[in-house]
Amino acid sequence: MLSIFTKLADWLVYGVFGLVPDSKIGGAAHFFVEDTTKIFFLLIVMIYVIALVRASLDIERVRDYLAKNNKFFGYLMGSTFGAITPFCSCSSIPVFLGFTSAGVPVGITMSFLLTSPLINEVAVLLLLSLVGWEITIVYVLVGMLIGIIGGVFLDLIHAEKLLQPFALKAYETATTSDGEYSHRPILSFSERHEFAKTELLDILSRVWKWVFVGVGLGAALHGFVPGTWFEENLGSGQWWSVPVAVLAGIPLYSNATGVIPVMESLIVKGLPVGTTLAFCMSTVAASFPEFILLKQVMTWKLLAIIFFLLLMSFTLVGWLVNMASIF
Amino acid sequence: MKEIKVLGSGCSKCIKVAELIQVVANDCGVQVNVVKESSPQVMLEYGVMKTPAVVVDNQLMHSGSVPDRKKVEQWLK
Repeated sequence: MLSIFTKLADWLVYGVFGLVPDSKIGGAAHFFVEDTTKIFFLLIVMIYVIALVRASLDIERVRDYLAKNNKFFGYLMGSTFGAITPFCSCSSIPVFLGFTSAGVPVGITMSFLLTSPLINEVAVLLLLSLVGWEITIVYVLVGMLIGIIGGVFLDLIHAEKLLQPFALKAYETATTSDGEYSHRPILSFSERHEFAKTELLDILSRVWKWVFVGVGLGAALHGFVPGTWFEENLGSGQWWSVPVAVLAGIPLYSNATGVIPVMESLIVKGLPVGTTLAFCMSTVAASFPEFILLKQVMTWKLLAIIFFLLLMSFTLVGWLVNMASIF
Repeated sequence: MKEIKVLGSGCSKCIKVAELIQVVANDCGVQVNVVKESSPQVMLEYGVMKTPAVVVDNQLMHSGSVPDRKKVEQWLK
């Protein structure tokens, strides 16, 4: 079904503009047109459909579930909910506090918050359509694993002691929910449509520039970096290339929408998959703006621990996947 | 005079909600004092997990989206 975008790009780039398919500019322009049209199409459809579903999804119910269930299972569920619940990073503070004040352990809450930016429906769909299902599965599993292990680790070191005093107090005096939200009225379709439309416009207005930047970079890589450059210089998965990729990803704050087209190009050019994954995850999840937000509920020490935890996991993931793909 | 708080971490939606309430209040000729509140303590106090949320005269009325005009008019009655 998505081949229609390849045909559109063929027609526009080679037909209307008369560029030569084998030329650098022709290759780059084709990549750009095909990917931007495809991504915008997928984004519009996905965001709308997900928002329709989301209009009836209760974060309160997720919280009650996590507060009641046993701890071992909690990390897995926290991470799973993080993966399937799309939510904007601007809600991470209220969600964190809501979970904490309901007595959900900090580690489980962090399993949720760490997995959430890494895995979302839009990212998975873009990965599937641009880089294939094998890498998509690896990406999802690794993202969830990082959330789970990170959560377990934070509870082991008693991260709740490193919260801001008011958040710690809320955790210690936690009460279980009185279930007032279970009587929420069911929304009519037109209300859901209204919600989904607002969401669509809001998200599009935030990410459209990332699509152009991401696809632009991907297209430039695709057309102008010689096909063998990455393979010759980084192709054998030199150990240092992974930490370098992770560090390079930190200042490049973007969301998954912007990074995945770059990933597509890097993988095609022969950059090892582990290195590419590490770069992508670091760009998406380890972002300074989000960390500064979390400062409102955490101390610097805890923030630093989480930051290094993330960087180390991305590096390990990169190394392991590179090693696995050599054998 | 109604005291209205818009809770949220300052994202574009929260600003939109505050503007909407002010506009509707002006149209209906109701006096309001709209305050944007981004402090996490306040969100905790009202048990808000989805922003933007709206508190009218100390009562949580709405949370998680930009409310439609009709809803805002009801609060101001």
